[in-house]
Amino acid sequence: MNALVAPALTQTHGLALLRAMLRIRAFEDRCYQLYGQMRIRGFLHLYNGEEAVAAGAFAALRPEDAIVSTYREHGHALARGVPMNRVMAELFGKQTGCSGGRGGSMHLFDVTRKFYGGNAIVAGGLPIAVGLALAQKLRGEPALTACFFGDGAVAEGEFHESLNLAALWRLPVLFLCENNRYAMGTALDRAQAETDISLKAGAYRIPAAALDGMDVFAVETAVADAARGIRGGGGPVLLEMRTYRFRAHSMFDPQLYRDRAEVEQWRKKGPLITLTTRLKALGLMSEEDYQRLERECNAEVDAAVAFAERSPWEPVSSLERFVYAERHRR
Amino acid sequence: MAQMNMVQAINSALDVMLGRDPRVVVFGEDVGYFGGVFRCTDGLQRKYGEHRVLDTPIAEGGIVAAAIGMGVNGLRPVAEIQFADYIYPAFDQIVSELARLRYRTAGDYSAPVTIRTPCGGGIRGGQTHSQSPEGVFTHVCGIKVVMPSNPYDAKGLLISSIEDEDPVVFFEPKRIYNGPFDGDPHKPAVPWSTHPKGEVPEGHYAIPIGKAEIVRPGKDVTILTYGTMVHVAEAAVQLAGVDAEIVDVRTMVPLDVDTLCTSVCKTGRCVIAHEATRFSGFGAELSATVQEECFWHLEAPIQRVTGWDTPYPHAFEWDYFPGPARIAAALRGVMEAR
Ligand SMILES: Cc1ncc(C[n+]2csc(CCOP(=O)(O)OP(=O)(O)O)c2C)c(N)n1
Ligand SMILES: [Mg+2]
Repeated sequence: MNALVAPALTQTHGLALLRAMLRIRAFEDRCYQLYGQMRIRGFLHLYNGEEAVAAGAFAALRPEDAIVSTYREHGHALARGVPMNRVMAELFGKQTGCSGGRGGSMHLFDVTRKFYGGNAIVAGGLPIAVGLALAQKLRGEPALTACFFGDGAVAEGEFHESLNLAALWRLPVLFLCENNRYAMGTALDRAQAETDISLKAGAYRIPAAALDGMDVFAVETAVADAARGIRGGGGPVLLEMRTYRFRAHSMFDPQLYRDRAEVEQWRKKGPLITLTTRLKALGLMSEEDYQRLERECNAEVDAAVAFAERSPWEPVSSLERFVYAERHRR
Repeated sequence: MAQMNMVQAINSALDVMLGRDPRVVVFGEDVGYFGGVFRCTDGLQRKYGEHRVLDTPIAEGGIVAAAIGMGVNGLRPVAEIQFADYIYPAFDQIVSELARLRYRTAGDYSAPVTIRTPCGGGIRGGQTHSQSPEGVFTHVCGIKVVMPSNPYDAKGLLISSIEDEDPVVFFEPKRIYNGPFDGDPHKPAVPWSTHPKGEVPEGHYAIPIGKAEIVRPGKDVTILTYGTMVHVAEAAVQLAGVDAEIVDVRTMVPLDVDTLCTSVCKTGRCVIAHEATRFSGFGAELSATVQEECFWHLEAPIQRVTGWDTPYPHAFEWDYFPGPARIAAALRGVMEAR
């Protein structure tokens, strides 16, 4: 794949990307607090550190594209435009949530934004993305399917089945691997014989590249480039975004598998620092701009929490609905 | 004797078996270096080395398949599937290979594999971290299915499972890993040290597979149950104020028909409780068995108390969970039936 030269960076665009990342960071940090206060319960996987992947990718995708995600998907949903109120309400399990309160943190869905879900099953989304793309192709839709998955998912059979099918049928799938170097407590080199994930695509004749997932422009440019090729009928592409998760795997993880120093090292090259340094150096952003954006994002999160709090619960009497198309009674 | 919770008892069983049988190998996702998501394998890799306690990538089909290969080639693999909800990628290997190997080789080959996996709700796991799929496995002939309800049984049954010549799927109700749970989430957690079955011998002992246990003798009605629900049933008995006999089924396959049906024939009434969904759940097998064996002794229709026929709801766990009130209502129901 040819690396394209990034388009000249405008202030508007730079600040829009920064805003997209700050929104996610503010949302995730609040989730962390709310979890500590037991206002959000259950399983929760935060995206801190990986914001550049979501912000960059969604800047390059189109509303008609289909999206398949993982259980670490708050950032994907927010960057896709799923309203923050509805994402927060879903985490609270409220009826106004984007999955009607039925899914929770790991199962965010949004029909109007073609967001085909978070998925708690590692690699569970990959073959579904292939099916979505096959339907797009058979119907002649001018759209692609973008599928996020972690480095851990690469070990499952579904990853390999999906790559082969997508390549064999020349489907419009963009495989977006978020390689944050760990699958729960397992470092990549303890799970993969070949740790260069992008190389695996070659076995299926899928063009692939690895890139700096901390650099939102690198992500945006690579995704835009790949999407152009896919829309032109070129078949699937795999991008491996090298990133890092700053927080624990979930809320029950003592992080015995990595050094504090390693985390600190990565924080120094985090996506927000990388972007703000660049924008400031180019004279495109002032400290006031940053403060203002941060304030706005926090205000949006405040409003989302208030919305979630005041939203109703689904009545218990309706919990048996939607197992089947028609309520099925014996 | 030592005080152990269920995690420690399982760890102790693995420790004992790794120590006495060089064929035993423990493996799964994050079980070695990390010590297991629920800490059941904590410290074992350090003690026995990476060749006895090994980590695998996220590949459940591969984990079970490798266990079959090891088992048929002379080892005693103990595989962990991190949550029962993640066992389905391995389902083909379990059903098509593991369960049938002995039959299709007329007894020449078999794989003594133990698959440990945490099951059940009560930890706010929603639809993908709460399932109780035991009935899916009891329907597959060729594998044994076990679910302990306390630390003492967990250790003894796990040792028996590892020593068994047949494959065993060993379900661990994760809600009671740290203490017995009577179904009321608002009560403070109770540790296993308060329960007689929290006393666990340090060394080797076995509880036979295929033996149920009467955990509360009674004369009015029999409750057939297992796992977390044993403790919930105890609370329900208090609530309903009936003299119920509680039978902890412990092993679903093979089923101790004798103990179960002797009890029902004695009491003449039967309530079956499990957390899993109702339709085609293991309760249906229990109910059919009781009907076949105890029909002329029954004084009331058998009642089942189960989870709903829905996925485990994300925000309404305690509505789905068949708590003491629901069991108590069934107890009153069978007592009133004439
Ligand atoms: C089929 C399946 N097996 C195991 C798990 C348990 N599990 C949840 S997340 C996870 C690690 C996944 O790592 P990765 O794909 O790298 O994503 P990350 O958490 O790093 O974003 C594991 C093993 C699961 N959810 N599904
Ligand atoms: Mg990862």
